[in-house]
Amino acid sequence: MSYEFLQILWFILIAVLWIGFFFLEGFDFGVGMLLPFFGKKDIERRAVINTIGPTWDGNEVWLLTAGGATFAAFPHWYATMFSGFYLALFLLLVGLIIRGISFEYRSKDANPKWRNTFDWMIAVGSFLAALLLGAAFANLARGVPIDANMGVVCPDGNPCANNLIVTFNLLNPYGLLGGLATVAVFLVHGANFMALKFEGELRERASTWAWKLWMGAVVAVLLLTAGTYFYTDILTKMGVNPGITPILSLATLLATGYFIKGKREGWAFILLSLHIVLTQVTFFMLMFPRVMVSSLNPAWSLTIYNASSSEYTLTVMSIIALIFVPIVLAYQGWTYWMFRKRITADKKSLVY
Amino acid sequence: MDPLILARWQFGLTTVYHFLFVPLTLGIGWFVAYMQTRYYQTRDENYRKMTKFWGKLFLINFAIGVVTGIVQEFQFGMNWSEYSRYVGDIFGAPLAIEALLAFFLESTFIGIWIFGEGRVPERVHLASIWLAAIGANLSALWILMANGWMQHPVGYFINEANGRAELVDFFALITNPKGWVFFWHTISAGFATAAFLIIGVSAYHIVRKQHLEIFKPSFRMGALVGIIASVMVFLGGHEQGVFMYKHQPMKFASVEAHWETSAPADFSILTIGDATGRQEIWSFRTSQLGIPGVLSFLACNNFECEVKGVNNLQAEYEALYGPGNYIPLMVVTYWTFRIMMTIGFIMIVLAAFFLWATRGNLENARWMKWVPWVIALPYIANINGWILTEMGRQPWIVQGLLKVEDAVSPNLTTVDLLISLIGYTLIYGALAFAMFYLIKKYATAGPEATLKHSVDPAPELVGAQD
Repeated sequence: MSYEFLQILWFILIAVLWIGFFFLEGFDFGVGMLLPFFGKKDIERRAVINTIGPTWDGNEVWLLTAGGATFAAFPHWYATMFSGFYLALFLLLVGLIIRGISFEYRSKDANPKWRNTFDWMIAVGSFLAALLLGAAFANLARGVPIDANMGVVCPDGNPCANNLIVTFNLLNPYGLLGGLATVAVFLVHGANFMALKFEGELRERASTWAWKLWMGAVVAVLLLTAGTYFYTDILTKMGVNPGITPILSLATLLATGYFIKGKREGWAFILLSLHIVLTQVTFFMLMFPRVMVSSLNPAWSLTIYNASSSEYTLTVMSIIALIFVPIVLAYQGWTYWMFRKRITADKKSLVY
Repeated sequence: MDPLILARWQFGLTTVYHFLFVPLTLGIGWFVAYMQTRYYQTRDENYRKMTKFWGKLFLINFAIGVVTGIVQEFQFGMNWSEYSRYVGDIFGAPLAIEALLAFFLESTFIGIWIFGEGRVPERVHLASIWLAAIGANLSALWILMANGWMQHPVGYFINEANGRAELVDFFALITNPKGWVFFWHTISAGFATAAFLIIGVSAYHIVRKQHLEIFKPSFRMGALVGIIASVMVFLGGHEQGVFMYKHQPMKFASVEAHWETSAPADFSILTIGDATGRQEIWSFRTSQLGIPGVLSFLACNNFECEVKGVNNLQAEYEALYGPGNYIPLMVVTYWTFRIMMTIGFIMIVLAAFFLWATRGNLENARWMKWVPWVIALPYIANINGWILTEMGRQPWIVQGLLKVEDAVSPNLTTVDLLISLIGYTLIYGALAFAMFYLIKKYATAGPEATLKHSVDPAPELVGAQD
């Protein structure tokens, strides 16, 4: 295996981890954001949480693994992105902390105030995480000011006075569009997932919500698509006709609406999942072979070549990944099979 | 304020906080798995209650360990970007492997365990608690391998072309003796922490003469594991000392306030240094009790060998690495070690006593009402141990390769770090409050409360739309 082959392989592997994360944790975030609005009674909220209860933690590990794999395979990418997006990532961590703890703690006390507080923390945490991740990815594609030393600086090429300014710059129109589109799509994804997991009245309600949310998501994604032509180098990289992947990505989003309307929850869920996967694939195609685009000078972009680990480390990590990733996929998939039964909002079936 | 100082404080606070919860998770998972296995084998309802009761405390604790762990993984890149660039080729690997091998296992099967009862086959449910416990301990193994490398770098070379450390021997990385001694010491401490929690909570109920069928066996189990684990912690600690003497002599000498090289070397019972940290004002050493060479014994298992002093090492390091201060903050290394070790001894004695006492009538013993306080002991020791091992490595982030001051993210300013430091402190404080409330509530309520299901709806829902 040549060095370059390994670098490409790890670009693909990290892409797979992010894609898996957005697909899986996408509906967790969606369900989380919808929780206080969708669940009108306490028992309903418990039912909403139980749709993702057994699996959300495992889904979140995709993010941790993506982070760890980036550290191991592309240390400069990890160092530049994590230190450059410092306060944005701090907020992301805050979101993940308050959300994660709330899943475990909300039902451990019967005080309605206690439960309501944690329910809102789940919603706010999920929202923050989805918004920030979407904005971060949009900025990766749009380009951030990276100097010759791989450091994130201010647009004028000088170090920023503090990271608040960098964070503010990340919330440019395209970054915000990325964040909002991510939130909008995850909301539909969450509603779809609930429609798939619930029975009876809640299933109906989830379907209705999915339809309404879908319309918002279409608008947001169309805006993001337009913005992508405006703010990124997609035209030079992929041309006016960007190829089959992005077109299919849009098509699957539109088709999702058709199946939501027809109450075919399974197909709606699969198609929106495909949309999320294909959007991410498009993103990584647009990026390749860069991992972070420098808006100051294309030569200063981080690529799989100048950001990667040594050939030896990549070889070792490849062997480990090839052995263990299939095992992880097998038992995680099996968990979903174990908990495939639909959920109703009656006390007996919610026992855990 | 200097961003470097703030970044160090943040790393220290978030790491120590995370490590408040980790040891209990490491240890108590095995207890719960064992109890559930006993129920599976015997169908004794008491084992089921024990599983439920201790399992609930396990979960409340587990949740905080998980969410504060995410911060740790991100923090290397966020706050220590130059460190990440310099050693990412090596250090990233155990972190990625930890996520892939341990985090997935732990979090997937803990989910099955929480939600799976009655829904997945009983044997699968039983296996899932074992797998979750294995996952948690595997995670400790990999992170300690990573930390072991920072204390004792192996299997690397410095690539002059790109100015960073690169891995050349993965096998050396995963067989690093420092990492394995760490693992031994830490896992034993995890068992001891869980054992003392179980002893303390059981005692609370035993003196109230309630649920004795649950808490007397729990107490006995805690005492038995407690004595074994405390002794193992001690032995692992001694191995650490011997290893440190060989490979981190400065850390070893600073722990002992051992200023000048001597053979045989003396163990300090109490030493007061001057403000420079370079010499002592007054000290009381074991030789004054008529036992010379105790420090030599700690270092190399005989009472004769030479132990280098801090001042001699400082001169050696300056010749080797250039001018600078290579002495750790001695007031911290000296005292954390003494606190940790003293508590370690107390725990061995107490655990032995508790085990002996289980032969008698526990519920009428007058000292039992004080026993719940022993829960605090392992926590104090754990924190001190962690501070000791990290502060003892200063000024290095990777021993002999990279200094902490060269590792920090160059782009971060005082403002950025104040925001995150204050933010973490507030959130972690609130988490501790919620967690302490829940642990206390469930620990004192007894097994009946944990058998009640937590899905019992709230009487009303504030803020609901109907």
